[in-house]
Amino acid sequence: MQEAGRGPHDMGGESAGPVDQAAHDRLMWEKRVDALVTLLGHKDRQVLRVDELRRGIEQLGAAAYDRMSYYERWVASMTNVLLEKGIITSDELGRRMAEVEARQAEEAGR
Amino acid sequence: MTDQHAGHDHTPPADQDGPLTYYQTMEIALRELLVEKGVVTADQIRAAVEAMDARTPAAGGRVVAKAWCDLDFKQRLIADGTAACEELGIDMGPTRLVVVENTDDIHNVIVCTLCSCYPRMLLGPPPDWYKSRAYRSRVVREPRAVLREFGTELPDHFDVRVHDSTADMRYLVLPRRPDGTSNLSEEALADLVGRDCLVGVTLPRLP
Amino acid sequence: MNARFGPGDAVRVRVAYPPGHVRTPYYIRGREGVVERVCGAFRNPEELAYGRSDGQPMALYRVRFLQRDVWPDYAEGGGDTLDVEIYEHWLEPTAARESTE
Repeated sequence: MQEAGRGPHDMGGESAGPVDQAAHDRLMWEKRVDALVTLLGHKDRQVLRVDELRRGIEQLGAAAYDRMSYYERWVASMTNVLLEKGIITSDELGRRMAEVEARQAEEAGR
Repeated sequence: MTDQHAGHDHTPPADQDGPLTYYQTMEIALRELLVEKGVVTADQIRAAVEAMDARTPAAGGRVVAKAWCDLDFKQRLIADGTAACEELGIDMGPTRLVVVENTDDIHNVIVCTLCSCYPRMLLGPPPDWYKSRAYRSRVVREPRAVLREFGTELPDHFDVRVHDSTADMRYLVLPRRPDGTSNLSEEALADLVGRDCLVGVTLPRLP
Repeated sequence: MNARFGPGDAVRVRVAYPPGHVRTPYYIRGREGVVERVCGAFRNPEELAYGRSDGQPMALYRVRFLQRDVWPDYAEGGGDTLDVEIYEHWLEPTAARESTE
């Protein structure tokens, strides 16, 4: 019963394998996600607190938490919090994502 | 980079060869909408990425070398880490820094088990291993075993202090100054201090 | 800031498993340690996480635990410790402390 109150992020003391020390260079889109989180959390805006970002990550659920990459979790959580706050709407985001995909397909076909 | 001119951006990201993933598409769409709504500007995003790229563990090394050479500074650093770093002209932003000192019989190591809190203003972004499930799970329970994986073998008489940064403070390890370095300049000392020893999984390099 | 505890006070982390955004790691609940320092007053991140930012600041502590008190089977050094940042509402005085008050 107590384990049910433990989030997928709350892993201190769990057993796990060796620490993989390999590094990857952060990709440009990952840096932009990081920059957006910093900017939206800036005291002049306070559109997204780190506390809210963390809460959103925890709410992705255990399966998603483990499947998604670090910055995938960040962008998914950031998006969800901005949706909750009405700063963006699901409809406009869905339409824009379709546009982005179409643009990319057009460029790939060129 | 021109791909940050959101809104009418037809340049694919420099790192993108294959089709965009779902979350990469989300990032582009979200960023374009936020710029169009005036929440952030493309210039601000670009500047934030540049500022992030400019932050490296060298700042942390500079702080440590200064503390090794200037005992008054070291005392101020331990009393108020944020103020002492700002003395050196380092922008600490909202970071509240706690500096923990290694001694002849105490070794400190930092983790954030709940997420990946890290003194980014001093060290840049955290390495992948710091964010990994293995590190976050194990270092609070078997720190010496984890340190051994990093090649750090501590004598038995050391006490290991693990610091889990779960809330509002950020932590920096002040390593012990290596023996045989009394002749080195502050700049040369700073070069001995790599990122990993500032997190506490390794010791400073020997000259 | 009114801090209920001071450095050196013995405290126990409350045993509770609430849903929502919680800043007290699961592994430390119910464990007993000693306040190492009062970090200052901060607004409760467990409220901030839901966009509620009008709460009063509350004391945040660093609490030091002996590793062997955290993990009964701890196999490394006997003097090894674990420091965790814990907000005041997650702490209670230990029985030993209460009896001396």
